[in-house]
Amino acid sequence: MPSMTTRKASWRAPSVLPGFGLTFGFTLAWLSLIVLIPLSMLFIKSAGMGWQSFVDVGFSDRALTAYRLSFGTALAAAFVNAVFGLLVAWVLVRYAFPGKRVISALVDLPFALPTAVAGIALTALYAPSGWVGQYLDPLGIKVAFTPIGITVALIFIGLPFVVRSVEPVLADLGKDVEEAAATLGANRAQTFARVIFPAILPALFTGFALAFARGVGEYGSVIFISGNMPGRTEIAPLLIVTQLEQYNYDGATAIAMVMMLVSFAVLFTLNAVQSIRRRRLGA
Amino acid sequence: MKRHNPGTESRTAQVLLIGLALAFLAFFLMLPLIAVFSEALKQGLGLFLSAVSNPDALSAIRLTLIIAAISVPLNMVFGVAASWAITKFSFPGKNLLLTLIDLPFSVSPVVSGLIFVLLFGAQGLLGPWLSAQGVKIIFAVPGIILATVFITFPFVARELIPLMMEQGKDDEEAALSLGANGWQTFWHVTLPNIRWGLLYGVLLCNARAMGEFGAVSVVSGHIRGETNTMPLHVEILYNEYDFVGAFAVASLLAALALVTLVLKTVLEWRFDLHSGARH
Repeated sequence: MPSMTTRKASWRAPSVLPGFGLTFGFTLAWLSLIVLIPLSMLFIKSAGMGWQSFVDVGFSDRALTAYRLSFGTALAAAFVNAVFGLLVAWVLVRYAFPGKRVISALVDLPFALPTAVAGIALTALYAPSGWVGQYLDPLGIKVAFTPIGITVALIFIGLPFVVRSVEPVLADLGKDVEEAAATLGANRAQTFARVIFPAILPALFTGFALAFARGVGEYGSVIFISGNMPGRTEIAPLLIVTQLEQYNYDGATAIAMVMMLVSFAVLFTLNAVQSIRRRRLGA
Repeated sequence: MKRHNPGTESRTAQVLLIGLALAFLAFFLMLPLIAVFSEALKQGLGLFLSAVSNPDALSAIRLTLIIAAISVPLNMVFGVAASWAITKFSFPGKNLLLTLIDLPFSVSPVVSGLIFVLLFGAQGLLGPWLSAQGVKIIFAVPGIILATVFITFPFVARELIPLMMEQGKDDEEAALSLGANGWQTFWHVTLPNIRWGLLYGVLLCNARAMGEFGAVSVVSGHIRGETNTMPLHVEILYNEYDFVGAFAVASLLAALALVTLVLKTVLEWRFDLHSGARH
């Protein structure tokens, strides 16, 4: 691959359409200015602080507890979403029922509702005196201000990722393969497990990974319901904010760097899985 | 008796599955939405109205509108330019470019704010130079705009790229061969082709720009009447135990979310735009 600095005529395919230089140049310039240069600050700052001080804050006990909480609750929420997201997608694609269009639109609510609004609403519901909390409290179940509350918030945030990833694949899945399976004597459960599920698994995994990645970094909806107790319900993004408020830029950077590397690893795995899927489909 | 079709579930199973899915959605999505409006109006309409017409609330609303009015058009122009370069031409490194455009989606909102503090903050790389010039970015409106533009960066491009990829470049080539110049081709051929997709992207971009919390919270400094956006104002009121005030402002944001959902559904329905997994 020729480097980006070679003359454009030599590295891009010829086209009669104008405007490549203008739009490509603007895209690169704006991308660099808004995304690449600011993001590179994390690497510059990390490199400047030295390995030992990076490890001291980035992997301190408090930080490790926060990562464990963030990744653990995000994983739990992504699992719940994988199960119920698949169910919702299935119901929306396969069955007819009144109000389906409204329900389908409602699934995107977490994309449209500001996270802080979701956060205070969920806290109001699950606080010991709230609509839901008042029934759980006598049973000894505490949701608000515990890791369960964080998971509830992340279920809210992550649900559309799974539904919207699985839905198109489920809709494209021809009925003929299922009918063939039924003709060959498979019952409905066998058809689902052996024919349908393998076909939608990559999409389900994509949705799961997107929900997980979003959950790890989520801040607005979580900080209200979590109670923010250090060592117990302090998520990693909150720890970054705490470090910033104490003007400990190095600490904030180290934690952000660890979180971002994990997120990139997830993104990378996601792309790898998708390219395997594309290769299998022969596209 | 009608035999059960082996290619689908029995009616009982269907009803059970639909019921389970609806119960899940009612519990996790509907209930929080209802709670916002109910809490906002709990003490009566009078308190609600005085909460949203309070000077601090009004200035937060104004700032949120200004932020969206600046950052959404910036990302709209970027989205159109990037989609034109990516879908109308073939060049090496295109996949890398697409990945880089998507990058802000995989960064935590808090980290998105942090990087601008590292760049422009008082102890940041350019901080001392900027303060010598008398320019304030962090804890001021420019910082909020930068963080918002970063967070909403991929929205329009992501919507337009698949759409324009599908449309190809035959229309543009025909216009050019008939003597139109580049700009005429864009305005009279491309733009009418992509306008609904563009509107869809702008709609989602706007919802996020107005509702962003984490990134904006890091760079804003929470100065009342100056750098306080609506979501930040919700947090301040909530932390002061002014729950009616917090939910009143939150209900305006929830109403915005509902309008966004309705318009989005209308666009999908009317113009056959379908959504994939979006952030």
